[in-house]
Amino acid sequence: MSTIASSIFTPDTAARFDKLATIYPLKRSALIPMLLYAQDEIGFVSDAAVAEISQRLDLLELDVRNVLSYYSMLRTVPAGKYNVQVCTNISCMLRGGYELLDHCKNKLGIGHKGVTPDGLFSLEEVECIGACCWAPAVQVNYDFHDDLTPAKMDAVLADYAAGRGKDVK
Amino acid sequence: MPDVTLTVDGRKITAPAGTLLIEACKSAGLEIPAFCYYPGLSLQAACRMCVVRIEKVPKLATACTTTVSEGMVVQTETPEIQQARKATLQLLLGNHPLDCPVCDAGGECELQDMTFKYGAADSFYAEPKNHREEQKWSPVVYFDRPRCILCYRCVRMCGEGMDVFALGIQNRGSSSVIAPNVPSQLAGLLNSGEDQAQLDCEQCGMCIDACPVGALTSGTYRYKTRPWEMNHVATVCTHCGDGCKTTLGVRSVTDGSEIMRADNRDKSGMNGDFLCNKGRYAFDFANSTDRLTAPLVRKDGKLTPVSWEEALNFAGKRLRELRDQRGPESIGVIGSNRTTNEENYLLQKFARTAIGTNNIDHHRTADYVGFAAALAGRVDATASQRDVLSAPAILLVGGDPTQQAPLTAWNIRSAVRLNRTRLYVANHQDIKLKRQAKAFAQVAEFGYGAFIDSLAGSEAFATAVRAEEKLVVLIGNELRGADLAKLIAVFPAAKVALLADYANSRGAADMGLLPDALPGYQALGSSAVAAEYDAPAAPGKNLVEMFDAAAAGQLAALYVVGSNPVTRYNVDPATLKATFLIVQDMFLTETAILADVVFPSSNLYEKAGSVTNHYGDLQLVSKAGDRAGVRSDFELIVRLADKFGHDVKQLVPFGKRQAGIRADMGQTRGAQAGEADRHAVWLTANSMEPKLSPFDPFAILDEIQRLVPGYDKLLRLQLLSGNDQHLAPAAGSLVQIANRNDLVLPSNDTLFTSGSLTAYSPMLQDVQRHESREVADRLAAD
Repeated sequence: MSTIASSIFTPDTAARFDKLATIYPLKRSALIPMLLYAQDEIGFVSDAAVAEISQRLDLLELDVRNVLSYYSMLRTVPAGKYNVQVCTNISCMLRGGYELLDHCKNKLGIGHKGVTPDGLFSLEEVECIGACCWAPAVQVNYDFHDDLTPAKMDAVLADYAAGRGKDVK
Repeated sequence: MPDVTLTVDGRKITAPAGTLLIEACKSAGLEIPAFCYYPGLSLQAACRMCVVRIEKVPKLATACTTTVSEGMVVQTETPEIQQARKATLQLLLGNHPLDCPVCDAGGECELQDMTFKYGAADSFYAEPKNHREEQKWSPVVYFDRPRCILCYRCVRMCGEGMDVFALGIQNRGSSSVIAPNVPSQLAGLLNSGEDQAQLDCEQCGMCIDACPVGALTSGTYRYKTRPWEMNHVATVCTHCGDGCKTTLGVRSVTDGSEIMRADNRDKSGMNGDFLCNKGRYAFDFANSTDRLTAPLVRKDGKLTPVSWEEALNFAGKRLRELRDQRGPESIGVIGSNRTTNEENYLLQKFARTAIGTNNIDHHRTADYVGFAAALAGRVDATASQRDVLSAPAILLVGGDPTQQAPLTAWNIRSAVRLNRTRLYVANHQDIKLKRQAKAFAQVAEFGYGAFIDSLAGSEAFATAVRAEEKLVVLIGNELRGADLAKLIAVFPAAKVALLADYANSRGAADMGLLPDALPGYQALGSSAVAAEYDAPAAPGKNLVEMFDAAAAGQLAALYVVGSNPVTRYNVDPATLKATFLIVQDMFLTETAILADVVFPSSNLYEKAGSVTNHYGDLQLVSKAGDRAGVRSDFELIVRLADKFGHDVKQLVPFGKRQAGIRADMGQTRGAQAGEADRHAVWLTANSMEPKLSPFDPFAILDEIQRLVPGYDKLLRLQLLSGNDQHLAPAAGSLVQIANRNDLVLPSNDTLFTSGSLTAYSPMLQDVQRHESREVADRLAAD
């Protein structure tokens, strides 16, 4: 078990990582889960996280970065507290996904991958999030909001802004 | 594996089962194009260029991943396949800039060749090209991102071949890009186009060589010339003792012929694909503006340029005077590790027969006298460089090939990777090759004697090594004298090699640049060479004793050829105050600056001859570069001997003195056209060449072959056709010296140093600075 002397993660996450490194036939298979958990805890995958994960899995930092840069759901810069992910794939597009995206852009005053100045919201245009039956759909952090209209979207954003939204991580 | 028979394009071909289809076709002379496939590296199947039609297979299949099987029927060049390849090229060209007219790879680019062949001139891709700025990864590696076709050759070459893993691939799809292992603190700089970012690697440039296009370019060659404007000369690298063949691209300039680049486009050498940093880039000392280009004579305490006639006359006459007044024992000669065998032989012959002294030595970097003595009586006991690649088991005792003999390290890695060779490493340091080792034995520093004793014991390492039936033992130059003999005696059936430091370190010892042994390690008093030489039977002064004698005022003159002992042996310059010093060198080194006469000499890239690598593999050196105002060491020794008053024909057998060997010139016109060529063929077939001048190194090769045991086996045709051949030292009648002082002084060169040449190679200076200062500074500042 590759326990790290001074982990940058909380004891719970560190313990989880210790276990993750042991449950795959190949140690490096734990890389993607680790990156996701690290992002959930820190908000993004920091240089320090890359360094520690590479150490835990006996990889080069370059190997970690190769994988990290491949996946669009992994980010290396902080997002807002609530990351609004608007789907514009076919079902959502047909049901007004782009209108929703434009509405969010206007409402929040930021573009794709932007973060509001107060750090509360960030906005992303994403590929299919698997909620086609209830299109158009939006994912905020890990929480889904579906069958949306611009008006409904305003309510969703207002709930989050007022601290009433679920904060699922 | 048993052979299988298959049909390719209507031709029946046979190949061992398990062979890749692309390789089987190549052996049969059928070229299947491929960008990502590279022999010896893992399979990628990324480019889709090698698609072929295999009967009963529903879709086009990649020849680089398909193994041959019995009865397979393959088409490699049908309209369907051509269309598929053309489509692949159109996609690749979708984002490839059309800067071929200025691209370094223009003219030798695989993408260009394939586009020419399949005619993908038009593209359906109308979007603007995605341009990215080029990046400087290190002083010697530049990356032009849009030119990259993502074949992953560089990534695999760096990881699998070099065991460095400095390159990776980042992002996805059309935005994928090759990424270096620049520390994250520096990554921002790299992306902002600043050129100080440092790729942390061995700077070998293998990625550039493997790159099928011009995405990776060489810092020393980029935008300097076009490939077709150069002449390409395959010769032997002057740096370490491995003897890689390097192809020098040379171009005429006003004062000679400038070396523009070095690579290994001629893959016939024993290094195959491989070249290290020094072999690829460190030819630049030859183009240095610090080169001496006129002879210098000390006048009123200052070194002053004079004519050749004056300098040679002065040096020769003075040397003669001193020899006659103070006796031959008061004169010393020091040779070089980088001059050819012919020059080394000639130098010691000049010392022994013209001056009449055994005071001759060189900077010894491995104990070859001890090596030859330890192998006395054994035949077929020395390993060649090629044996390393094919050995089922290798024991490496001492040394650090990754730093000091990069080809040996490459061959060891390749053998382990491709042939599952078992590598055993015993070292006092954690050398990098430990990563490939099956077993590692930690040795105490200076504790190799104890380690050798432990090989007889029952420890796991010792038993495993002893159980190997076909073993190649590679020995670092830490092991000398008694330890060396003891180690060799442990493995009576193994093939052994002793690693040294420079291109012709082994040749210098073989050719007798030693005070106590004649060429071929023959005894001074009683051997064939001795009989012919009529030289003194008592051993002369070695290098250290020469400087001791100089300090005591007993060394009247010292003749130094291509060596810098003052720095190497930390000699106090005042020591040589009373000594008449003649130096032949490229540069005004610490030794040359003390001299009374300095002759500007050419380097190994500017002369012809032969060199012997540390395994004993003999290779031909060809003249590539040229510099007005310099002369080869061979010519200088002959001219000095002439002015010294020696009969040059006694020194170099040339011209009509030998019956039957004549120059056959002047017959190349008219009805007799071709006669000289035919005559040259005849001479070559009879191991002779026309020896027209006393400056022809081949004039002395006959004598080497006749007199030097070991070299009697050399095949002239092999040598002249540029092939390497393994020569072993003679098995008998060697010099016997008890309690001999081996005087080995390893130079401990790294990947980025090469003895005295380091200071004159801007590239090496650049790389060293980047390695040590800039990266460290920036990391500290962040």
